[in-house]
Amino acid sequence: MNYHWNWGIFFQPNPMGTGTYLDMLLSGLVLTLETGMLAWIIALITGSVVGVLRTLPSKGANWFGFCYVEFFRNMPLLVQLFLWFFVLPELLPKSAGLWLKQLPNAPFWTAAIGIGFFMSARVAVQLQAGIGSLPRGQKMAATALGLTTVQGYRYVLLPMAFRIILPPLTSEFLNTIKNTAVAITIGLLELTGQARSMQEFSFQVFEAFTAATLLYLLVNAVVVTAMRFLERHVAIPGYITGK
Amino acid sequence: MFSNFDFGVIIRALPYLFYEGMSFTVMLTALSALGGLVFGTAIALMRLSGLKTLGRIAGLYVDFMRSLPLVLVIFWFYFLVPYIGQWLTGASRPISVGAFASSLITFIMFEAAYFSEIMRAGIQSISRGQPAAANALGLTYAQTMRYVVLPQAFRNMLPVLITQTIVLFQDTSLVYVLSITDFLGAASKVAQRDGRLVEMYLFAAVVYFTISCIASFGVRRLQARIAILR
Repeated sequence: MNYHWNWGIFFQPNPMGTGTYLDMLLSGLVLTLETGMLAWIIALITGSVVGVLRTLPSKGANWFGFCYVEFFRNMPLLVQLFLWFFVLPELLPKSAGLWLKQLPNAPFWTAAIGIGFFMSARVAVQLQAGIGSLPRGQKMAATALGLTTVQGYRYVLLPMAFRIILPPLTSEFLNTIKNTAVAITIGLLELTGQARSMQEFSFQVFEAFTAATLLYLLVNAVVVTAMRFLERHVAIPGYITGK
Repeated sequence: MFSNFDFGVIIRALPYLFYEGMSFTVMLTALSALGGLVFGTAIALMRLSGLKTLGRIAGLYVDFMRSLPLVLVIFWFYFLVPYIGQWLTGASRPISVGAFASSLITFIMFEAAYFSEIMRAGIQSISRGQPAAANALGLTYAQTMRYVVLPQAFRNMLPVLITQTIVLFQDTSLVYVLSITDFLGAASKVAQRDGRLVEMYLFAAVVYFTISCIASFGVRRLQARIAILR
């Protein structure tokens, strides 16, 4: 390969005047983490509500949950982001649309909310499976104790279900972080976006992408380790994962 | 809300959207799924081979691919493939590969990691007695895999494999970042040319939604059929 390697490039000032190229990548990393965290909070809350709806005895709630999941699962994330970013402001009443378009940091909010809803459908499916995997007796025991449906979910079903689905939730969390890279298409300069602009400014393609790759691997390692600790911390005695 | 909605834009763009765009998307999806399945099965066999180094290499590959965002992988291969081509052919400068070839290689390599995990689960779902029986019949390792284990693994995993292909179909829209004219790329080019973003993006959403919905409905029926047979 007659490619001209230059690993020193990271310590050279970037053309934006915001420090070195390394600073550029690190600011991208921070934005990736911020977007990912906000999206994950949205996904976890919305996904839990929808997941619970799908397990309730009410037919209407089931149907709503089913439609919600199918809606967000059957469209590419990229298309969903375009809908939120380009289409929604045009469909709202004029003043609201204008306000939306002039929002500072619009790509950040669009990405976080769009990815959050996209991932919420996946969280909902996981939670539904988790609740479904609990023995029937758990729900009956909750009822026998005189707990209402809400209390039954709050104190019996959800604490169990969330512990069971912790490993798949870890991968959904990682997927949420990775999916922030799609927001490059609406102009969010997260880690992949910064690596891409570094490549465009400096022509050092492989150094830029190598650095971004290493940072993603680092984030992965940190998340996986943290979740493993959490898993051990909340393990239920008597289960295979427990002590 | 839809007062100045112009359906004419969509109708006029239909041939371009489907002949240029959708045929690219479908072709890319089909070939990537096929290539991903072949490579993925090979990786799964490597992981289950019992040879420590081979298994570790395969495992590292899978973990690595699954830790990176697809968009970054697309960029990686887009820039890397010309250099690999130069190295393989011994040319004096990076060879140029078309948009289709570069995105196909990307998706095959990326999906192989995901398909391999599905195939690994499929192979592990086969009871121990099956390869033992094949062994007793005097089949070699390759024959056991080819005639006994893999056909059953494919069959057991068929719904999951199709579901992953639906995800792949949606993910191919990400070649947008390389300005390739897949279905979404075609829609977005028309949208920007005519200033009709609302119509084109809504139409693209409806098309993706419909196709994925029909496909996942098919998967559910298939799952029900396989469940009855077993």
